Amino acid sequence: MEKLEKPGINKNENKFATRSGIPVKEVYHPSDLTDWDYANKLGEPAQYPFTRGINQPSERTKWVIGQYFGFGTAKSTNELLKYVLEQGAQNLVIAFDLPTQCGYDSDHPMAHGEVGKIGVAIDSLKDVETIFDGINIEGKTISPGGNNAISPIVLAMMLALCEKQHISPQKVKFVFQNDPLKEFISRGAFIFPPKAAVKFAVDTVEYCHKQNLYLSAPQMYCGYHLREGGATIKQAMAFTLANAVAFLDELVSRGINLNDFKCSFQVFLSGGVDFFEEIAARRAFRRMWAKTLKERYGCTNPRVLGIFLMEYTMGSNLTAQQPLNNVVRCTIAAMAAVLGGANGLIVSSYDEALGLPSQEALRVAVRTQQIIGEESGIASTVDPMAGSYYVEALTDELEKGATEIFQKVQDKGGSIEAIKSRYYMNEITKSAYQTFRDIESGRRTVIGVNKYQVKEEKVVKPMKLTSQKEEEEQIQRLQELRRQRDNTQVQKCLAQVKESALKGENLVEPILAAVKAYATIGEICNVLSEIWGRYEQPGI
Amino acid sequence: MTMTRTRPIKVLMSKPGLDGHDRGVKVLTLALRDAGFEVIYTGLRQTPESIVKTAIEEDVDVIGISCLTGNHQILSSEIINLLADKGANDIIVILGGIIPEEDIPILKKAGVKAVFGPGSQMADIIKFIRENVRN
Amino acid sequence: MNNNPTIEKLKAGFLSGNRYSLARLITLLENEDPAAPEIRNWVSSRLSGALRIGITGSGGVGKSSLIDRLISVIRNKGLTVGVAAIDPSSAFTGGALLGDRIRMQRHNDDDGVFIRSIASRGSLGGLAKSIDGIINLMDAFGLNVILVETTGVGQTEVNISNTADLTVLVMVPGYGDEIQLMKAGQLEFADIIVVNKADREGAEELATGIEDVFMLKSNEEPPPVIMTQSNNNIGIEELYKVIENQRTILQSRRAKSVT
Repeated sequence: MEKLEKPGINKNENKFATRSGIPVKEVYHPSDLTDWDYANKLGEPAQYPFTRGINQPSERTKWVIGQYFGFGTAKSTNELLKYVLEQGAQNLVIAFDLPTQCGYDSDHPMAHGEVGKIGVAIDSLKDVETIFDGINIEGKTISPGGNNAISPIVLAMMLALCEKQHISPQKVKFVFQNDPLKEFISRGAFIFPPKAAVKFAVDTVEYCHKQNLYLSAPQMYCGYHLREGGATIKQAMAFTLANAVAFLDELVSRGINLNDFKCSFQVFLSGGVDFFEEIAARRAFRRMWAKTLKERYGCTNPRVLGIFLMEYTMGSNLTAQQPLNNVVRCTIAAMAAVLGGANGLIVSSYDEALGLPSQEALRVAVRTQQIIGEESGIASTVDPMAGSYYVEALTDELEKGATEIFQKVQDKGGSIEAIKSRYYMNEITKSAYQTFRDIESGRRTVIGVNKYQVKEEKVVKPMKLTSQKEEEEQIQRLQELRRQRDNTQVQKCLAQVKESALKGENLVEPILAAVKAYATIGEICNVLSEIWGRYEQPGI
Repeated sequence: MTMTRTRPIKVLMSKPGLDGHDRGVKVLTLALRDAGFEVIYTGLRQTPESIVKTAIEEDVDVIGISCLTGNHQILSSEIINLLADKGANDIIVILGGIIPEEDIPILKKAGVKAVFGPGSQMADIIKFIRENVRN
Repeated sequence: MNNNPTIEKLKAGFLSGNRYSLARLITLLENEDPAAPEIRNWVSSRLSGALRIGITGSGGVGKSSLIDRLISVIRNKGLTVGVAAIDPSSAFTGGALLGDRIRMQRHNDDDGVFIRSIASRGSLGGLAKSIDGIINLMDAFGLNVILVETTGVGQTEVNISNTADLTVLVMVPGYGDEIQLMKAGQLEFADIIVVNKADREGAEELATGIEDVFMLKSNEEPPPVIMTQSNNNIGIEELYKVIENQRTILQSRRAKSVT
């Protein structure tokens, strides 16, 4: 029988701290909240500074349960979508394969072996038409995954699809991740250099705003991937906000008044297991966002000041050892997300550290949210942690720390400079290495890994991915497409894209014409890279 | 003549293909450095050709391939074949990432010396390298 | 004459242009293998007259990125390039992160470029002990231009200037320039001085400051000071022109001093 040792994250005697290093006292009192006042620090739910969340009290703690899927061919994705729609899903999140995300056609040398592996392969509008064949997208939520470097092209394909289905794009909710800055920092699906990437991404946002696609969220500022890359929670908060500012500055420079923004913004965070710190971080981030939008951009519109938080529990917290333990970790992270006021949540599958999730693990992940939502009662009231001396102290401390880092980035010239000078990458690598050292040394306990290990491990078998045959078939389809389409028209459209890009114009419409002529993603990206160049990676 | 092992072991950590997750490979690079190895990290989006060219110019003892997106079989065999073509098959190749159990025998048969899947311990990786590089 | 078959095989491979043979011979010199003296001797009679350029300067001034751009310029002239990039080993663990070549990865598919990273392995001068022999190997292999990047530790420059035809010192504005300039030992051995990241504030002042130091010191012509922005690929062509120029000047100076 294992003896339960004295609890606490930090191994040193009498030195308890949160993951991000904030010291934790033995007990908290009202005196820990000096100069604290409700209206200033919290405000009512759905009111500035939105610490208590963006939900109206009548919504209680409501959030959207999400799932992530899609891989292989367009045809198999079409079958999968039809199946989940039958099951009642409204939100269609579709993963793209890496060549698509990186702007390569399926027959490009760099695409070899990657076609259809981690998501569906999309070379042209034809693939999108196959994916949605027989699926009416009106009233649905569509999240095309991994469109960070290519969002105007993906948007154009969606618009072309709407045209084909005789639907107004205003009747569809598009949710685009569209955050190319984080790709340079810790995800790696970049194409063009940072400045061009920001311009291209904001083309999508500008277009959606001007076309009044009021249901849609054309950009999601991502902290999730930064934390997965090793960033501490304070770094993730600060860098995410700084990245958002880089995009918003560009949007504002095009004459758009953020206060009148027709669509909505989202932020994508990750959920860790340091329970109270995670709750506090969400509350602190919402406050930082609201203050920034108010002070930097003069916004007063609650729709813009209150930020929608999308979340995914942290994959990097999961262990390969004793994988069922991950169900507990995911539950803790999910509960913290809910109590922190997350508006959308995807829970990891417990076997995610070992490859693609199994069906059973996917189901447990959904059940986790359903049990939290319908059995635990923690969602019956809005922001139940408000007023806790500990949580409010943590919220303030996190806001302070993250704001300092945010200011540091701004002093360096903002996110684009922080990327060019490798500041972000260096900081994150340092944090990642520190975490590694802490786990290796046992300073940070990871159950099953450096404590309470078991000798014989049953390894969960991951699902098989697509075969080479499917890559070859996709290439054949692509080559067939190139033979059958009107290539003169394609060249004409591509020339127009080039011309518009040289003039610095919004590229969504010229790309829409190209996409309807069945120009491929690779062809469009090649034209743009002739003008903008390609991103050159820095060192470690 | 034997090459005396008077120098630290030299490792090339590589990221072939399009996978952009580099936290693991960067952390391992730094950890190997702190364990006394001479380490080079290639950066993202390398081709098998450029990895092998680097390995040969640098005369490394080990190539570590980091692969998290399922493309490991193709990438490993291409690298191993190229090394053989250049007469450099005494450079050992090890693989890290998300590798399904059932692929390991095939990989070993193709010439991968070891596979370090999720949950692998640093000490084991270091020990393996020390015990298996050419003399 | 060494009748060791492995060494003989490597020599034969080297002479037939096999890159792995070059690499393995470099390793033997790096390791101070017993065969090293014989290899050094063998290679010293086979030099092809490569242009050897030392690139020195403190950490963070952009030496690697400058070399990356220089390689492109040199390749465009149809010349082949060898690079020896030196990084410090940890005195404590003996390990090293050889992080220069990742900044030159655009040349990863070019067979006209040979890059070798070298750990200093405790060499005081910041320059690996065997660097002379290694440069000679690259020269004898037929590489036209050899760039040697050093760790930028104070005493390095002395070693470099003995080995290289030319020494380029790279500086950047805003790094406590007055202090840099006071370390006159660095400046003394520089044949060319580069002010990199010249888009930053203080670039002009640094360039002027350098020229002043030389004027105050002696009546000699100060070395050329070139402004570059390696990140933006600005000033590199000019730098190479100056390198070629300086080489000619220095060669004729040496010829004169001998007569």
